[in-house]
Amino acid sequence: MTAPRRVIGLGNPDRGDDAVGLHVARRLAARGLEGVEVREATGDALALLEDLASAAHLVLVDAAAPLAAPGRIHRLDPLSRPLPREIVPASTHAFGLAEVIELARALGQLPARLSVYAIEAAEFGAGAPLSAPVAAAVERVVERIAAELVGG
Amino acid sequence: MATKTIRLEYLTRVEGEGSLVLDVREGNVENVRLSIFEPPRFFEAFLRGRAASEAPDLTARICGICPVAYQMSAVHAVEAAFGIEVGGQLRALRRLLYCAEWIESHALHIVMLHAPDFLGFPDAIAMAGAHGEAVRRGLALKKAGNALLKLLGGREVHPVNVRVGGFYRVPTQAELAALQPALAEARENAVAVARWVGGFSFPDVGRDYEFVALRHADEYPMNEGRIVSNRGLDIAAAEFEAAFEERQVAYSTALQSVLRARGHYLVGPLARFNLNHDRLGGELLAFAAELGLRPGCGNPFRSILARAVEVTYAIEEALRIIDAYVPPREPSVRAEARAGTGMACTEAPRGILYHRYGIEADGSIAEARIVPPTSQNQATIEDDVRLVATQGIHLPEEELREQCERAIRNHDPCISCATHFLRLEVRRR
Repeated sequence: MTAPRRVIGLGNPDRGDDAVGLHVARRLAARGLEGVEVREATGDALALLEDLASAAHLVLVDAAAPLAAPGRIHRLDPLSRPLPREIVPASTHAFGLAEVIELARALGQLPARLSVYAIEAAEFGAGAPLSAPVAAAVERVVERIAAELVGG
Repeated sequence: MATKTIRLEYLTRVEGEGSLVLDVREGNVENVRLSIFEPPRFFEAFLRGRAASEAPDLTARICGICPVAYQMSAVHAVEAAFGIEVGGQLRALRRLLYCAEWIESHALHIVMLHAPDFLGFPDAIAMAGAHGEAVRRGLALKKAGNALLKLLGGREVHPVNVRVGGFYRVPTQAELAALQPALAEARENAVAVARWVGGFSFPDVGRDYEFVALRHADEYPMNEGRIVSNRGLDIAAAEFEAAFEERQVAYSTALQSVLRARGHYLVGPLARFNLNHDRLGGELLAFAAELGLRPGCGNPFRSILARAVEVTYAIEEALRIIDAYVPPREPSVRAEARAGTGMACTEAPRGILYHRYGIEADGSIAEARIVPPTSQNQATIEDDVRLVATQGIHLPEEELREQCERAIRNHDPCISCATHFLRLEVRRR
């Protein structure tokens, strides 16, 4: 069996724009792309280590720190350089996505193809829905990921 | 230059945000201030007026690493107030849930946060290149703990399945049995990680701590027991506030807890091991000795060995509980609210965690008091830093900083928990 192509949407469903990765994953799952596994991840980021090790082509989708333009899509290529801290910040409370990718790199467990779509967030209110600019970005991210996976 | 200040602005590899300031005058360490600048969180205040039945889920939010500890101290305190006792398989499942948290929390601290100190790496990522196998084993251990926590708690982070009187849902025998192979593998990983840690070299530091931990008639303590020390303390949880006092210090958003009679004390794995080694069983005690951990150990750097022994114990205990499991008929016992006060103390991964609730006749919380392990260890951590800094006062500044940070990380401080807690600043004058 060949290693899978996999999309993982990351986030907290109950904290506004933090849920954007989960929304993208749901839309992609609904498309039923052949040979593409789609998952949502809401728990411990360290658990992603196995997903990194076992995929051939992995696409991660997450909310990015609010910068200049809510809804702006950054496609990051962690195989060529670590995730930029201004987009994917570190936490003092838990290991984050950037740390887990670096840990996988140190362990020699990065997949052959890896991309991270980070969508600039506007707000993280408890129980809030996606903000308008971030909601508007969802379909564009879905299109880009589908094109990346189908094209590649 | 007679005076100097050394500042550690953001302590790394600890949970949350805090700093350390050292005042050095004429080559003597004058002041050590561990300050916690996580914002205050007001949990005790906003619990007032909420239903006592909400206490386990609300207080679980205090910590993403040890939510089970908060749930356990909360349910036991509320149950004490309501006059109900939860026994049999429900009690066993609570112990199993606690095992899951010990495994997860200790594995994270040993491999990802603490081990780099002993091997000269800035962090676990830098260490992973040379010690990939240990890191993989550590993470596999954590994963086994997560799986158990998810089954019993409903999810990995901030579990939601604990209720006053028991659980909302109890697992089937088959669900628990499905975890046995992963736990058996976890036991092998725990032993391998413990042997790896046993090969580290430990700074020669010995302190005469007053160790404080729970003590149970026949179990290694988790949910239940009297609060005891190596200097004669032996009280029930209900007597906690008579024996301990929380003090405010101006430089920290965390309170510091002291023994009214004797001052500073130590809680956590080293205290638990020293006070309860006879509850581990001969084989595990022999394994501890093989690793370099013997009863009476006052070397804070060896606390990593105590954690390694406890992870192994927690896995074995989890397997024993699963073997003996028969699903209870009801997932909880009937809990009727009544006016009263309930106190409880349980063993969080970092040490004893005390909760008290004053409850009204309608079941609402009139008053809440929470004393987490990190605030109890805070003054003792400062003492450790003072000793290590005094011994290392002539070291180059960078090495001195490292030693001080290590002295803090020995105790796996959980800063978010303590906030009501790290930067190092050394001021030499």
